[in-house]
Amino acid sequence: MANQFDVIVLGGGPAGYTCAIRAAQLGLATAVIEREKLGGVCVNIGCIPTKALLHSAYIAHLLSGSADFGVEAGTVKTDYGIAMKRSRKVADQNSRGVEFLMKKHKITVIKGSGVLQPGRKVKVGADVLEAKKAVVIATGSRVKGIPQIGLEINKSTVISSDEALLLEQVPASLAVIGAGAVGMEFADIFNAFGVPVTLIEALPRILPLEDADASAELAKSYRKRGITVIAGANVTKATVGKDKVTLDVEAGGAKQQVETAAVLMAAGRAVNTENVGLKECGIQLTERGFIKVDRNLQTSAAGYYAIGDVAGPPMLAHKGSREGVVVAELIAGLKPHAIRYDNVPSVTYCHPEVASIGLNEEQCKEQKLDYAAGRFPFSANGRARGTGETEGFVKILRDKKYGEILGAHIVGSHASEMIHELAVARENEYTVEEVDLAIHAHPTMSEAVAEAALDSLGRALNI
Amino acid sequence: MATKVVMEALSPTMEEGRLVKWTKAVGEPVKSGETLAEVETDKAVMELIARADGQLLQQVVPEGATVPVGDVVAYVGAPGESASATTVGAQPSAVSPQPPAVSVAASRPTAAAVVTAPADATRVKASPLARRIAQEQGVDLKLVLGSGPGGRVVRKDLEGAAAPVPRPPSPVPQLTSPVPVTASGDAYDDVPLTQIRKTIAKRLATSLGPVPHFFLTSDVDMERATEARDALNRQLGDQGQGQKISFNDIILKAVALSLTKHRACNAWWQDDHIRFWNEVHLGMAVAIEDGLITPVLRYADRRSLSEIGVVARELAQRARERRLKPEEYTGSTFSVSNLGMFDIDEFTAVINPPEAGIVAVGAIVPKAVVVDGAVVVHRRVRLTMSCDHRVIDGATGAAFLKTLKQMLENPLAMLL
Repeated sequence: MANQFDVIVLGGGPAGYTCAIRAAQLGLATAVIEREKLGGVCVNIGCIPTKALLHSAYIAHLLSGSADFGVEAGTVKTDYGIAMKRSRKVADQNSRGVEFLMKKHKITVIKGSGVLQPGRKVKVGADVLEAKKAVVIATGSRVKGIPQIGLEINKSTVISSDEALLLEQVPASLAVIGAGAVGMEFADIFNAFGVPVTLIEALPRILPLEDADASAELAKSYRKRGITVIAGANVTKATVGKDKVTLDVEAGGAKQQVETAAVLMAAGRAVNTENVGLKECGIQLTERGFIKVDRNLQTSAAGYYAIGDVAGPPMLAHKGSREGVVVAELIAGLKPHAIRYDNVPSVTYCHPEVASIGLNEEQCKEQKLDYAAGRFPFSANGRARGTGETEGFVKILRDKKYGEILGAHIVGSHASEMIHELAVARENEYTVEEVDLAIHAHPTMSEAVAEAALDSLGRALNI
Repeated sequence: MATKVVMEALSPTMEEGRLVKWTKAVGEPVKSGETLAEVETDKAVMELIARADGQLLQQVVPEGATVPVGDVVAYVGAPGESASATTVGAQPSAVSPQPPAVSVAASRPTAAAVVTAPADATRVKASPLARRIAQEQGVDLKLVLGSGPGGRVVRKDLEGAAAPVPRPPSPVPQLTSPVPVTASGDAYDDVPLTQIRKTIAKRLATSLGPVPHFFLTSDVDMERATEARDALNRQLGDQGQGQKISFNDIILKAVALSLTKHRACNAWWQDDHIRFWNEVHLGMAVAIEDGLITPVLRYADRRSLSEIGVVARELAQRARERRLKPEEYTGSTFSVSNLGMFDIDEFTAVINPPEAGIVAVGAIVPKAVVVDGAVVVHRRVRLTMSCDHRVIDGATGAAFLKTLKQMLENPLAMLL
């Protein structure tokens, strides 16, 4: 039977394609169904192209201050169109990389929209595929607007990250609604490309899920760069014109109007649960609209699993790909290590970067934990001084009794790379002492991690 | 909701039980009063009885695991009921998965599941955090089943594992002999302690002191050993070899050979397990100027009599000169102490820990004995064996001593 597989994965994003590779490694005949390009949102219109654009922004930022380093760059000119085209190339390379991986592991890739049917079947166009062992749902998520206040995405004056990633040129001015990872990153990019940016966040502080110290550090940094930051702000009305949008914003009791050439909606994502045949297969959703899964990521219908964004938060590629590995192993009859959802690192790639893992200080207080906070600023770090990137800090929250690392927060250049030392530590239940005992090379930014660990014990050496 | 099956106190002194065998498989129907599992208590193997009707939904602990009284070992409930609903929160009432999904939860031990240590109990794998918590709470990590990678003990394995409560003193239980496993090819086999042995260890150690000694004495006829010795020495003399065989050499050889037949006595007490040696390294107590030292006759069971004679004398000589290397007076598996040369008729020797036994040899003296109804004079020796009761029980020690006596009374038996 040509249309029979052991495992059928619906969706070729990071969760789906990783699941397929692991299943193939375990000897299962595997198919992936993808309606667009392999790699999903992450590779094509998410993580990867934004990182390319953020690097363009970083270069622009570096060059504008390079005279102080004895390098005269003259007048710095930016061209978003060129940066965008480069980011597309990078995304395409990655997507082709995923195609190559599918071939390498002899995974059948089927182009089209799959619809689930009972009996572990998936209909793609006129074909019906059958899975002998399991169907894995990895349909992901998409951006959504806020239609209630008249901010429906129209792809010209009201755009989402999907459109922002494909602009040939920058808008005259931009209001970014939502200061989570996506909003923060685009505010950074467009600011570096010379666009006046207003960043609007409904919650009391930008990066609302991060530690309050991280939010404050970024607000300070953004304001210094000329980004208007309005937090705790309610957009009460939006008037969308032909080439401008007027937003009525209420913040801290004060009302103001923001006139902007374009609005970028960076608030919230919707999961792709429509038109995939969930109901027909008896697959239930949670109150928040995610697919309901048990601790083995099994849906309410036997033989159907869900992974990645559709299976619930955090909606992060690395969480989805780990779920893909675990589900593939479960289907193959192995007993994989349980995922520790409290140990998924979270990173925002704005400048300076923000990376965190575990609890923030507010959560420690809410849970009435007996903790000590250790902090070390990069302004006291030799390497950071050398590169002129002294913004930010490392903050480690230590359980006072046992030394457990309750949470860690890094703001600074390369924070995204430094957080993994603490991810490894937490996964293996190292305490702050073990983090300090590991000798850190000098001079490195990472020394600040060891110093913050020491500071949580009240014995930082270099401050 | 599923009914919890807990480890019951099947004897008045029972604090924990070892789940020897599940007699019901997951999914099997269960009626109240039926046997679910066999449990080894501190006294005996007993049956764990079902208190509810339904189906065995989940076996929480694996066979061989030791569980404190009161801890959940299984769930009984209606078919399809979620076994762990009571502990892990609401779950969708999932239909039996297809393919049979392996439950991550079910493959893990419960938080407080405590089992006997694995064969290699000397090293415990635990996360730094788990070590700290264990230290703080007084939990012995060797007794905790780890759920981390490679059986590593992690924080959640310690949740609910309380500090062990000291046992109230109670009568010494009836004893049975520990059965050493079949000899492996290795230098030794480490055998985990059974419940009964743990109890013996605790009770005897608290009542009699750190090493609970008991003593067995046997009067051994040495006539035939003397004849054999004389004959062998004549032969050695004829061959021009100056080195003669002593009674002590014969006794060392006989002890070594007896130990190979009674491995239960050739053992070390290791606190949480007993090490049964497959090699015999005999310690021989030697009096030196300011005390006593016990050089070790390695592989005593494999050496010839004349070889034992040469090595033993050489070791004793160097012991008196205080020229022994550390490895020459450590690592013995059993010891012999001979005070015959001091005309001591019989005495008791103190065990050299971690060994479990020592034989004290008195002087060989002529005695009037009755043979075939007539009073005759025979050379006799009194052997007294000191035993560590945590390892060797009365009957075990007696059996060893009987073999030793037979070998000395009929030296040809050593050839068997």
